[in-house]
Parts: sequence; C-alpha cells; structure tokens
Amino acid sequence: MSQRAGGPVGPQPPALGKDLVGLEELSAEQIRLILDTAEPFKEVSERAIKKVPALRGKTIVNLFFEASTRTRISFEFAEKRLSADTVNVSSSGSSVSKGETLVDTARNLEAMRIDMVVIRHPSSGAAQFLASRIRSNVINAGDGKHEHPTQGLLDLLTLRDKFGRIEGLKVAICGDVLHSRVARSNLWGLLKLGAQVAFCGPATLIPREFAQLGVHMIPRIEDAIAWADALNVLRLQLERMEAGFIPSLREYNRVFGVTRDRLQRAPKELVILHPGPMNRGVEIDSDVADGPHSVILPQVTNGVAVRMAVLYLLAGGGPEWRSPAPGSRPQGTADE
Amino acid sequence: MPSVTRLLDGPAVTQTLVRMAGEVVERCGTEGLVLVGIQRRGVELANRLARLIEQVEPSSNIPLGKLDITLYRDDLSTIGPRPRVGETSIPVELEGRTVVLVDDVLYTGRTVRAALDELADFGRPRRILLAVLVDRGGRELPVQPDLVGISVATTLDDRVDVAVRELDGKDLVELVSGAPL
Repeated sequence: MSQRAGGPVGPQPPALGKDLVGLEELSAEQIRLILDTAEPFKEVSERAIKKVPALRGKTIVNLFFEASTRTRISFEFAEKRLSADTVNVSSSGSSVSKGETLVDTARNLEAMRIDMVVIRHPSSGAAQFLASRIRSNVINAGDGKHEHPTQGLLDLLTLRDKFGRIEGLKVAICGDVLHSRVARSNLWGLLKLGAQVAFCGPATLIPREFAQLGVHMIPRIEDAIAWADALNVLRLQLERMEAGFIPSLREYNRVFGVTRDRLQRAPKELVILHPGPMNRGVEIDSDVADGPHSVILPQVTNGVAVRMAVLYLLAGGGPEWRSPAPGSRPQGTADE
Repeated sequence: MPSVTRLLDGPAVTQTLVRMAGEVVERCGTEGLVLVGIQRRGVELANRLARLIEQVEPSSNIPLGKLDITLYRDDLSTIGPRPRVGETSIPVELEGRTVVLVDDVLYTGRTVRAALDELADFGRPRRILLAVLVDRGGRELPVQPDLVGISVATTLDDRVDVAVRELDGKDLVELVSGAPL
C-alpha cells in the first residue's frame, strides 16, 4: 500500500506459519491476529452475496476421519465464502476403508495439486504428523484428545464479544476434560490471553497434571458456578469412554449438570458456552442451553468467521513454501 | 537523497475538497447519492466530502459507506506483510443509486478494480463515479477518475504521501522523489 504512508507505520503483523495444529504453539499476538481478522469476516456472512474472492483458485480438501456435522459444515462454508474450491473426503466411502495410510491418502491428494488440508482424526497428533510430511497448509479440525484449535478460537472470540476482553476473565471448563481436545485448546488460548481457568468435573475425568499450568481444580459444580464469569460446558464423550468413568448419566446430571436452579444461586449472571453437540439433560439442561445467558448459537456463527480468518491468514502466509509468481512486483508495490 | 515537494498544505486540501464537493453536486445532484470511501484515508475523505455536500445542499443527507478491498486483491499469495483487514459497511441498498467512490491517491488502478468488484457484490448502482484527491498517473489498468483534486506526473521512484487530520493530525499532500516504498 505504497500510497498509504503519511501516518505512523504500525508493526508488521506476525505470520501464522504454514499450519494450524494447535493453540499451544501460537503466541498471544498470533491468537489476537486471528481474532482481529475474524471481525471483518463476520460482516461477509451478513451480506446478500456471502462471498469474497480472497481464496479464488485455491483447492482445499476436508479430510474427515471422524463424524462431524458442525465443524465440517462450518469449514466448508468458510472455504466457500472465500471462493476456494473444496472437496470433502470421509473415511467411509474412500480408500481409507481399504486400509490406505494417512500419509498415502494425503500424498495422493497432493499429487492432484491441492493447497490446503483440513483434517479431523481420532488419533492425537495426526494433524502434526501430516503437517510435517506434506507441503500443503494443514489445519487441525480436531485430533483425538489433543487439540481443536478453531473451536478454541471461536470460544475466545465469543467470550471477547460478550465481555470485551479475555484478560482477567474467569472461565470454568466443566465436565469431561480428560477426553476433550476442546478443553485443551481453550486452556492454551485462555492462558495465553491472560484469563484464569478452572476445571470442574468428576475426579475420573479431570487430569490433575494441569494444576501445574495454574489451572484451578474445583471439584463441585456449585463452587465453579460461584467462581466463574463464564462456563464452558463440555460434552460427555460417551463414544470415547471405556466403562467406569461415571456411575450413570442420571447421576452425572444430578451432581455435575448445569441446571437453571444452580445458575440462579450464582452471585452473578454467567455466560454459558457449549461446543456441541449437546447431551441435553446430561451435562446441560435444556432451559440453560436455550436460556438468555447461552451463547451456544453465537459460537456457531463465530465459528465460520474464525475459520475464514485462519484460512485467509494461512493462504497469505508461509513464504518459505511459496515463491512469488514470475514477473510479480516486489513486496508492497503491487497496489496503489 | 529523497526530496520532498509539498503539493497541498492544510488549507489547500480543504479548498480542493470544497471544489470537488461542488463538482459532485453539479454532476450527480444529491438525489440517490451515496459516497463510498476506500479504507483507510478514502473513508475520511469521503466523510468530509459528504459533510461539504450537505453544506452546499442543506436539505440533503448523504449516506456514507466504507470499503476494505483487501479480500478482493489479486495478489494474496505474493504480498509480504499480511495486512489487517478493515471494516466494510454499505449502509444502504445500492440498487438504482449513484455511487461516488472516494480514494486518496489513484495510481495503478488495481485498488479501484478491486473496489468495483466488491461494490458489485453489494448490488447494482445506476452509475459509479471515481473521485480521488491525487491522480499520479502510472495506470496498469484502464481506469480513469471522474473527479480529481490535483494531477501530478510521477515516476516509479516517487511516492505520494497523503495525510488527513482524522488519522494523522494534519492535512497534507507531499511528493517524495527517489524514495519508492
């Protein structure tokens, strides 16, 4: 923007690098860059024509080895609203069901000249594994119990919308932390941006080691509600549980369920987040999920904006992987 | 050594905008008129033009839009510094209206190309005019301004710096020779 001089030249925003594997690897500055970039993308989804040409000509593969509705559709909307071409691959109905390895699948896709891979996989570390082996940008859409960075980012954006800041907020992450990549991504993002984090849930589902990171361990849900500004209520991941973590769903709801009664006894009004899909009547009651303090649907709306921001920043970054087009002008002079 | 030539000082910027506001009214009237500034200094200039037009035609109320063309650029993979994407807001339906697109400097024409593409995604105005404070030549696309503050011949080694008081504390247009960005 050679003609925009005259004002003070701000510091150059930090790059994201080639991939988004987790929030643990990002700096606070990089997380803020993504959240700030997501703001203008909210407006794109409000337009009559919900599309901008930023990623025109880019090809993105959504590689989903695990069931997903919200995340897959949200990524697909984000990609389409940026004008990228998208292909969806799921484990059933593809060569994966014939025993092809993850790397072979990805390399074959790459041989078709793709630019980005969005991957969801049941194994922790799958996204990092892929990222280090292919040239395309890799975005982690959830890997095992490791991270789900775009969910963490959309939760941060939703909290920032609601409170105007993250720093100093008290956020209690409630329920099945053990099996939750959402909890881990939230934890890293919140700590880096200066929030206080507490875990609350049955002892069998709360990894105690996190206390070393400064996480408060609050055993009773009533105490967590009294402490927190916001509750992030996790889904009880019944499909990941071997037997024995909790006695029964009914008992879980009775002891740890986020109910209207419990919220009414809180000293202040809480903001309630849930990453979905909800087990209504287990970790959260319907009148809370649909109540005035729930930001569960704004979370979904923000998910598209955050994913657009991540796709856009990764596509524009990574100079070590992309040489400028022949004949292109040097940096900063291509525009008026 | 770069040499700096002052093209417009504060009062001259105001004078120029007053004249341009008069020309907008002369050419388009104020009925169905909407001013759209290109982020960032174009937005401030459009705001000022709108207020000046309302002084010429006291009964008018000119809607003001903002356009950030970052997402419509044609060089995403090759730009180095990742720009912060600014706000885009078009407060009225563009259907049947006259849009005056406002920017500070017209150079290659690529920003205007991107802005026209973006406007088209908001609707189909009756017509679009282009108003710029400085036309410095050097077009790479067939784009021409309709309303020009000043024209100045420049080379590739020159830079035109525009300061506006809302963002920079003062109004100023300078030609910096031998110091391209």
